[in-house]
Amino acid sequence: MDISGNLAVIGYGLAAIGPGIGLGILFGKTIESMARQPEMSGQLRSTMFIGLAFIEVFGLLGLVTPFIFG
Amino acid sequence: MPRPQETPLSSLATFLPLAADSGSGFVPPSLEDFFPPIVLWEGTPFAFNRIIMVRLIATVALLLVFVIGARTAKLVPGRFQVVLEMGLDFCRRSIAYETLGEKLGKKYVNIITTIFFSVFFLNITGVIPFLNIAGTSVIGLPLIFALWVFVLYIGASVKMHGVGGFLKLSLFPPGVPKFLYVLLTPVEFLQVFLLRPATLTIRLFANMMSGHLLLALCYSATSYLFLHASAGLKPLGIVTFAGGFAFFFLEIFVAALQAYVFAILTAVYLQMVLEAEH
Repeated sequence: MDISGNLAVIGYGLAAIGPGIGLGILFGKTIESMARQPEMSGQLRSTMFIGLAFIEVFGLLGLVTPFIFG
Repeated sequence: MPRPQETPLSSLATFLPLAADSGSGFVPPSLEDFFPPIVLWEGTPFAFNRIIMVRLIATVALLLVFVIGARTAKLVPGRFQVVLEMGLDFCRRSIAYETLGEKLGKKYVNIITTIFFSVFFLNITGVIPFLNIAGTSVIGLPLIFALWVFVLYIGASVKMHGVGGFLKLSLFPPGVPKFLYVLLTPVEFLQVFLLRPATLTIRLFANMMSGHLLLALCYSATSYLFLHASAGLKPLGIVTFAGGFAFFFLEIFVAALQAYVFAILTAVYLQMVLEAEH
């Protein structure tokens, strides 16, 4: 079988692993805390979105890198 | 052998019609979507193309919505006014007051609301039929927003604490052993002067760009699979069709989420450089 394509695709797949793990931990822990203390959920949610923004940047850096260096 | 016009995403797109006959109607989305031909005033700083037009339409829509909303505001709100007030109230309470506190929040709520709604309107054009591209999916506009926030938080802090106070607060965070400043100060310097505006820009533009590419990939794969692919591959078109719907709703969510993230990070950065007496 002959596969043609670009190595950058595999690179992006690898680069997405880290943020994936990070997002999993972030959301899991937030849900856990919300279940423990439902009255805190508003504050937890906004903190979670800030964290989400920081983690997401790593995935997106992987996305833009091939365009910059490619 | 790499083909000459290959970009990372066009090669991603070629995975989809894997065993199909070549030389047919499959057009993978490419980076050229973001650089449409210039229509007017070529060669001047005011070069006008499709994306600029989309941005102007979004701006006009934003102004119209709020001018009409403000003109027709009544004591007993109608449906349109309720939605508008919910949005404004969300910016005021959940973003400004919750992060900055009542006193500072009141001062900056206008800017934060403006950022939220302009980013949202420019993002949402990515899913509106016939416009089909987000105004923020080319780096210029997110960069302007990020520089605005950058100037805003530095200006606000310098105004409140003076230049020395601002540098001391943001480069030498209190409550840390003295020798750690050797490590901490360069990191904080990079953070304040480079990473914050850079991540604001990249986050917004890369989200919108990838959203457009995903949507366009789903649409063009669906049309290819239904119209041109061999009979065995046609059922796959149902998957990409459903995927197009799913990504459509995801993109609406992402547009709102990115506006929220941009606005709340503005508030957080302001709060970080303004917090003083403790």
